[in-house]
Amino acid sequence: MCVVCGCAGDGSQVTMEGHGHAHPPSPYSPAARRVKPGAPAIRRTDAVQAEASHVAVDPSSGDLHFGAGAARVSVPGMSQARAIRLETDILGENDRVAAQNRAHFAAHGVTALNFVSSPGSGKTTLLCATIEALKTRAPGLPVAVIEGDQQTSFDADRIRATGAPALQVNTGKGCHLDAPMVAEAFARLHRHDHERSLLFIENVGNLVCPAMWDLGEAAKVAILSVTEGEDKPLKYPDMFAASTLMLVNKIDLLPYLNFDVERCIAFARRVNPAIEVIRVSATTGEGMGDWLAWIEARLKADAVAGLRAGIDDIVRSTAS
Amino acid sequence: MHEASLAGGILQLVERTAERERFARVTHLRLEAGQLAGVESRALRFALEAIAPGTLLDGARIDIDEPPGEAWCMDCSLTVQIAQRGDACVHCGGYRLQPTGGTELKVIDMQVED
Repeated sequence: MCVVCGCAGDGSQVTMEGHGHAHPPSPYSPAARRVKPGAPAIRRTDAVQAEASHVAVDPSSGDLHFGAGAARVSVPGMSQARAIRLETDILGENDRVAAQNRAHFAAHGVTALNFVSSPGSGKTTLLCATIEALKTRAPGLPVAVIEGDQQTSFDADRIRATGAPALQVNTGKGCHLDAPMVAEAFARLHRHDHERSLLFIENVGNLVCPAMWDLGEAAKVAILSVTEGEDKPLKYPDMFAASTLMLVNKIDLLPYLNFDVERCIAFARRVNPAIEVIRVSATTGEGMGDWLAWIEARLKADAVAGLRAGIDDIVRSTAS
Repeated sequence: MHEASLAGGILQLVERTAERERFARVTHLRLEAGQLAGVESRALRFALEAIAPGTLLDGARIDIDEPPGEAWCMDCSLTVQIAQRGDACVHCGGYRLQPTGGTELKVIDMQVED
């Protein structure tokens, strides 16, 4: 009799490494038996027949431990090599923190905008001009800025010169901001009061990578300056697809350039039929009124959403 | 260059799974990077191979599935294949398309050993 499984085979053939004789496939395969209640996302498929040892030998006593492997049980003829099915989003961890940021922003009445563009599109100049214009248009509205760059604090210094609090995040070799960076920066920057406020996040100048990282913002705002080339929305489609608004910046330079604004907008709408477009010049102030009105509309929408959530909370607490 | 960050995210996912599932190394890792996911598969593979030494991914075979891009054409009310964002609908030539497939970026499964 087989001393491992108890079947009526020739016991002399049994070895410690596996079975010396064959069995028909068991209905109780490890995949069928080992369902973990705590890990519903993970499903085991058939263990592969690799020749990994499934016995642990105690070096002092020579005792053999068959249940020490990951499967916690030894099945003759089967190694403990196995397949794990994950089906997990690679950006899932970032998205989880981004969702926390979003909830945090909502709780504190913060409308966060994520500014993305190539280097040199005029992001910082536009932000400075926007902050200055908001001082007269919406006095008392707190505005804070998170500045992302690989190195230096030049941009944060420029923002601070306007009087707005700014925090520089240097990514080192990183090509984008991620949600944990913004969470950390926001915790240091924010005064944690509950009045409505604006948070501008100036991403690293890069039209590729920041498209994929959700920071918890209300909207991504892509800035494209007319000195860059009207075909950029097609060359870097992911960024324009991810953005809610495209600001066509430096339009005061149009008379000196061969830049077809309408063609640029048509290209942007090819990759994102819903994208909104505003033409601005941070230098001359042209179009700034439309841009500020857009910001105010976002602030109002977030305020209404905040009120609704507050009312829902009250209704829920009085109903219970 | 964001493929390097993604490779780090994949390794983190693998290490977290190893804590829960207790395995010593990955022999085969299967990923999905859709054609519209914004990822260059070659760069992702390069980044993974670069960070693998000394980790659970050391020596692992890496397969990257690239499901084709699909989009819903709002004018034709049809799902059409597109190779990249900004492509026209093959039926009407229009651009009112909403990507619906080939946008995912995930770890599908892995084979592991103790």
